[in-house]
Amino acid sequence: MRRICVLALLLSAIVGNSAAEALLIRNATVLTVTKGTIPNGSVLVEDGKIAAVGENLSAPAGATIVDASGKYLMPGMIDCHSHTAIEGGVNEGTVSDSSMVNIEDVLDPMDINIYRALAGGLTVSNVLHGSANAIGGQTVVVKLRWGKTAQDMLFAGAKPGIKFALGENPKRQGYVPPSVLPPGRPAARRYPGTRMGVEDVIRESFMEAKNYREDWQAYRARVARGEHPLPPRKDLRLEPLVEVLEGKRYVHAHCYRSDEILMLLRVADEMGFKIRTLQHALEAYKVAREIAEHGASVSTFSDWWSYKIEAYDATPYNVAILTRKGVLVSVNSDSDELQRHLNLEAAKSMRYGGLSEAEALALVTINPAKQLAIDDKVGSIEAGKSADLALFDGHPLSNYSKALRVWIDGHEYFDRDKDLETRPDFERKKKALEDKDNGGPRLPTRR
Amino acid sequence: MIRVRSGARRSPLAAAVTLLAACASLRAEVPSAIAIKDARVVTVSGEDLPKATVLLRGGLIQDVGAGLAIPQDAWVIEGAGLTVYPGFIDGLSHWGLAPVTNPAPEVHARGPEDRPQTYSFERAADRLDPRDRRLEAVRAAGFTAAATFPDRGIFEGLGAMISLGGAEVRDMVIAQPIGQQVTFRITRGPARSGYPASLMGNIAYVRQLYLDLDHYKQAKEMRQPGYDHALEGLADSPRVLLPAEQAQQIDRMLNFAPELKTPVVLYGLHEAYRRIETLKQTHVPLLVSLKWPEKPRDAGPNDTANYRLLLMREQAPAVPGMLAKAGLKFGFYSDGIDTASGLRQALKKALDAGLPRAAAIRALTLNVAEMYGMADRMGTIERGKMANLVATRGDIFEEKSAIEYVFVGGRKFEPAKEVHE
Repeated sequence: MRRICVLALLLSAIVGNSAAEALLIRNATVLTVTKGTIPNGSVLVEDGKIAAVGENLSAPAGATIVDASGKYLMPGMIDCHSHTAIEGGVNEGTVSDSSMVNIEDVLDPMDINIYRALAGGLTVSNVLHGSANAIGGQTVVVKLRWGKTAQDMLFAGAKPGIKFALGENPKRQGYVPPSVLPPGRPAARRYPGTRMGVEDVIRESFMEAKNYREDWQAYRARVARGEHPLPPRKDLRLEPLVEVLEGKRYVHAHCYRSDEILMLLRVADEMGFKIRTLQHALEAYKVAREIAEHGASVSTFSDWWSYKIEAYDATPYNVAILTRKGVLVSVNSDSDELQRHLNLEAAKSMRYGGLSEAEALALVTINPAKQLAIDDKVGSIEAGKSADLALFDGHPLSNYSKALRVWIDGHEYFDRDKDLETRPDFERKKKALEDKDNGGPRLPTRR
Repeated sequence: MIRVRSGARRSPLAAAVTLLAACASLRAEVPSAIAIKDARVVTVSGEDLPKATVLLRGGLIQDVGAGLAIPQDAWVIEGAGLTVYPGFIDGLSHWGLAPVTNPAPEVHARGPEDRPQTYSFERAADRLDPRDRRLEAVRAAGFTAAATFPDRGIFEGLGAMISLGGAEVRDMVIAQPIGQQVTFRITRGPARSGYPASLMGNIAYVRQLYLDLDHYKQAKEMRQPGYDHALEGLADSPRVLLPAEQAQQIDRMLNFAPELKTPVVLYGLHEAYRRIETLKQTHVPLLVSLKWPEKPRDAGPNDTANYRLLLMREQAPAVPGMLAKAGLKFGFYSDGIDTASGLRQALKKALDAGLPRAAAIRALTLNVAEMYGMADRMGTIERGKMANLVATRGDIFEEKSAIEYVFVGGRKFEPAKEVHE
C-alpha cells in the first residue's frame, strides 16, 4: 500500500485527466444499493453522469468499454467523518469556539491520503476539524478528485457544515507556560474544564449569534427606512452560527455519552436549530428514540471503542440497533487508514446485528449521502446521478476483495493495473532524484 | 549643468578638485560627479550599450550614452573592460533592521479582537541600523537597495525601500511604507500566544482583520471616534505580501487575495513549476525565494524525503526560468541569505537551471522596482534615476568576475575582492 502512494503523484498526471467521454461498464455484478443487485449488469456513463443502468445496454459510438465480467461495481463510498487533506493543523485549539476557521481555506489537494483513499473505493469525504473545541469551525464536503486543485475538489451544491465536540476533548483546558504570561497573571487555562462548561460555551455562542443576527436585522430595517447607519461589525465567528440558526449549515457533533447527546439535543431545541449528525456517538443505542425524534442521524465506528473512558460503554451492535430503531446511520473512518477500506467497516454490521447486504452497503454509500443531503447526486447507482463508481474484483463486503478502478464524475482517478505498471519507472525516477539530492550516486571514496 | 567638450578629458583643474575632494572626505568618497567612461552598460530599460559613459551627480544618474562630454568636476573611472548594471534590489528583506530589544511578551490572545501577533503599525524605517554588517556583505554581491520588512508576528509591519549605502538612517530610506508582509505562524504543542495557532486560524484572522478595516474606515467616514493601531497599519499599507511556497498554497492565496481588497504580492513560489499556467491567468506580482529547498545539512541517514519534496528540491531553481519563459514578471528575494557568496551561488543555480541572464538582471532590478511602484526612481540605468550601480569586470554572473565598484546613491564602494565568511 505504501508503494501505491509513492506512485500517486506521477499517476495523477496519467489517470486524472482522461476525458469525460461516454463509458460503458458491462457484465458486472452491479450493486446499486437503492435498486437491488443486477447480476449481469451494465452501467452507461455520459457527461460524467450515469445515463442508464440495466442488463443489456449498448454503447454509443466512441464509448470506452470496460468488460467487468466477474467483477463488482458499487457506488463510490462516502466518508462522513474525515480529517484528510487538511494543512497546518486540524484544530484551532486555542479557543473553545473557533467557528471562524474554515476547512475550505486549508484543503491540501496534494495530500497523498486522498489517493490512498481512492485506491480503496472512496470518492467523497466530509472533511471536519478535530474535536479540541466545543465549536470547531466550518467544514466542507469534497470529492476526491486527485490531481485537481482544492477548489476543484469541493462538492458543488453540498451544504457546508460546522463541527461541534462534546466531552473529554473540548474540556481539556490546555496549558500555557507561566513564563510567557505577564508577571502576576495566573496561567491562562482555557475555559471550559467540565462537560457542563462545554454546554455553556455552545449555548453562550448561540445567544451571541442571536444578538448578532438581531443587530443586523435592525441595521437592515433602518437602511430600508432610508437611513444611513453604520453597519454592525462583521464577525466571522458568529456568521456561521447564524447560518446554523437559519438552517443553511449542518451541525456535525462529535460526542460519545448518551447524557451528552441528550444535552446537545436539548440545547439545539432551546436555541432553535437542528443537529444533523452525531459523530461517533458510541452510546447512541441508548437514546435512539430521542435521536430519531430530533431528526438527527448518527455516523459511528463499526467496532472501535475503549480508547478512552467516555468510549467504554460501546457495542458493535450500535449500528444495527440504531438502524432498527429508525435512525439514519453511517459508518465513518475518522482516519487516513480506515478510510481505505470503509467497505469492510460496513460489513462488520452484518456480523454484529445481522444487517442485510444492502443495509450494510448503505452505511457507506446512500446513508452518508442522505446525512450530507447529497443523495440526489451520489450514494447509489441510478440514472441521473454522478458517475462515482468503484469496481472491485470480488464482493466489496468480503475481506478478500480489492478496488480495481475508481471513477468520479466519469473520470477515472484510480486504476490498479496502471498503478502497478508505472511503479518501476517511478521508482527509477525517485532513485535518480534521491541520488541527486545526496549529491550524486555514492562512489567509493579515495584517499 | 556643466558640459565639457568630449575632447577635454580630464583637465588639471578637475584633477585638483578631485584630489581636494578626496582629502576632504576620507570617510566617504563623495565627489560632486562621477563619470564611468567607455564601459559596457546594461541599461535594462533598453538595449545594452557596448561603449558608453554613465554620469552620476547629486546621487542621481545625470546622463548615460555613448560619447558624453565629461564635466570638469567629475571623477573619471576608466570603464574599459567594465560592465555596468543597475544595482540589485532585494525584493523582500530584513537587511538593515536592528534587532528588537526587550520585546514585550505576547499577550495570550483569546480571539481576533486581541489583535494577536500583529505589528502592522511598526515601521521598518524606525528600526534601521546603518551599522548592520549585512549591508556591506551583500553590496559585494551587487545589491544596492532592499525592500526591508519588520520580521515578527503574523502582520509583520510596514516595509521600507532602503538604500544599502547610507551612513545615517535618514539616508537609508528611499520610500516607505511600501507594504505589509504577512507570515502564517503555525504553533505545534502549547500555543504560547494563544489564538491563532493553526493555518486555518491564521487565515481566518487575516480575513477578519481586513473586514475590521472596512468597518473601521466606514466608522471614520461617519466621524465616529476610535483608534485601532493594528488597523491603522493596514490602512497605511499600499500592498500586502502573502506566503505561497507550494502549489496548493499558491492556489489558496490567489483565491484569498481578492477578499483583502488590497494589491497583493506572492512570495516563496518554490513549487510554482506546477502552477505556471495558473499564474499566467493572473497579474499578481511574484517574489521567488533564493533560498532553494535542499536536503538539510544535519539530515540523518533515515531522514527520507518523499517524491514530491525531492522533486521540489530539484525543480525549484528552474522556476525562475519557467516564469521568464512564460512571460511572467517576478523578482527575487534573499530569504535569509546574507552573504555575497551565498547570494551569488543561489543566483547561479537559477541560471544553471535555465534562467536567461537578461531575465535574471531584470528580476533583480526593474521588476522589483515596478512591483513596489518605484520604477520611476530605480531599477534601470536611465537619466534621473538613483545612482545605484554595479560595475564588474566580466559578466556579473560569471564566477570569476570581480565586482569592482558598487555605487549607492552616487557613493562609491569597492567591495573586498575575496569575500570570507
